Amino acid sequence: MIKIENLSNRYGSIITANNVSCEFECSEVTVILGGSGSGKSTLLKQMAGLARPNSGRILFEGKEITCLSKKELYEVRKSMGMLFQGAALFNSLNVYDNLAFPLREHTKLSEKVIQTIIKMKLEMVGLRGSEHLMPSQLSGGMTKRVGLARAIIMDPKIVFYDEPTSGLDPISAGVIDKLILDLNRKLGVTSVVVSHDIESAFKIADKVIILFYGNIIASGTPDEIKSSPDAKICQFINGSPDGPIPFSHTDKDFMVDMRSQWK
Amino acid sequence: MISQSLVFVGHNFLSGIQSLGSGTLFILCALYNIVKPPFRFARIIKEVEFIGVKSFTIIFVTSLFTGMVLALQGYHTLSKFGSESLLGSAVALSIIRELGPVLCALMVSGRAGSAVTAEIGIMKITDQIPALEMMAVDPIEYIVSPKVLAFLISLPLLTAFFDLIGIFGGYLVGVKLLGVNEGAYFGEMLSATTFDDVFGGVVKSLAFGLIIGWISTFIGYTAKSTTEGVSSATTNTVVLASVAILITDYILTSILF
Repeated sequence: MIKIENLSNRYGSIITANNVSCEFECSEVTVILGGSGSGKSTLLKQMAGLARPNSGRILFEGKEITCLSKKELYEVRKSMGMLFQGAALFNSLNVYDNLAFPLREHTKLSEKVIQTIIKMKLEMVGLRGSEHLMPSQLSGGMTKRVGLARAIIMDPKIVFYDEPTSGLDPISAGVIDKLILDLNRKLGVTSVVVSHDIESAFKIADKVIILFYGNIIASGTPDEIKSSPDAKICQFINGSPDGPIPFSHTDKDFMVDMRSQWK
Repeated sequence: MISQSLVFVGHNFLSGIQSLGSGTLFILCALYNIVKPPFRFARIIKEVEFIGVKSFTIIFVTSLFTGMVLALQGYHTLSKFGSESLLGSAVALSIIRELGPVLCALMVSGRAGSAVTAEIGIMKITDQIPALEMMAVDPIEYIVSPKVLAFLISLPLLTAFFDLIGIFGGYLVGVKLLGVNEGAYFGEMLSATTFDDVFGGVVKSLAFGLIIGWISTFIGYTAKSTTEGVSSATTNTVVLASVAILITDYILTSILF
């Protein structure tokens, strides 16, 4: 469904993608794993056309996202949904109006139909009855669930999730994972999830991609990744501080650095 | 050392030119979206309420005291020449031509301009602007255009209100306190004030409305996505808008009157 070809991108001296090529299959859940600052969120934004890469191609159903006009891009976006890291609800609108927003913008549905759709989506995320609440009155988990309900309100073909479970309690995280799976299994929604939650990634993914400073270091099914002998992948999965992936920001030896300060 | 400072000057100059260019494209896009459907009446009314209606109190107080102090100062100067009867026209002309549009615009840029910048900046930080993009709604059309239009609607109305209350303040001090003849106060005012004076004031207030709308939305929209970015953006809006208002005022005065 989405194909990335030779994508390269950098912000100043930080490389977020180094000749990345990969494919996201229709009706699959693909999880992009990677440490903080490894370029996964940027990649997600570029796939949705929110940011332009320095070079390379991103094909969405054969159309190149980076070359579309604004009008064409907005047309494509009607079949996309995105759950932002902070859910990005409009804080001046209550839950109902937040969910109704895309419907009122792009459809001519009557208010009664809109009401029904919202009730259905809120039931899916377990928040029916919270229509009148303002975003400031919601907890973190509830905010993400409302954000998810809004992302799927137009029944998109593909949903992008930017760290859907980060900062959530285990139950809320589990609920979100289940929702992602349900959407995929029952409605065939293609899902691209950016995350660093390994446990949840292995639970929901059909395919896992591990990104490390702009390079794909592994790609495959969860089982393939788990049984990989690669030291980098093992270190990442086990979360161990020692290994080929350096924890420290600098290569300079700590003792040398300290001593030079006192000379 | 010299080359470093040259690099600094050149870099700032280039980035200044660049943001002027993108700012121009930005406001043109916003203005185009004002005249192009869909028209978002509900949003425009909401913005007019925030920018215009909620500025009433502050405009009332500033205009009242501006008129009062003008009458006080004017009376002492005019009485030296024995021409206190001209007080009405002095107060009215200075308010309608200059102080009304300028002070009103300065107050609105401080109250509403900064708030607009902060609002848009925070929407950016919290991903609400990309969220609009993802929902295939143009953020400039949805957020920026109604705000710019609301400034354009509110400023002339607020200026008219400022003029009215300012003249009333002058009346309170001049006539009621200092004893200028009431008939002379209003009579001189009517004979000295022409349509061109009022028209010039309206043109100025429209121009200032555009300036505040442009600067506050553009700076908010391009603010750095950090807390510091938003706070410095709000400051920049007030400083830049105030300076731009005073410079434009000079240019417009030299053209209009």
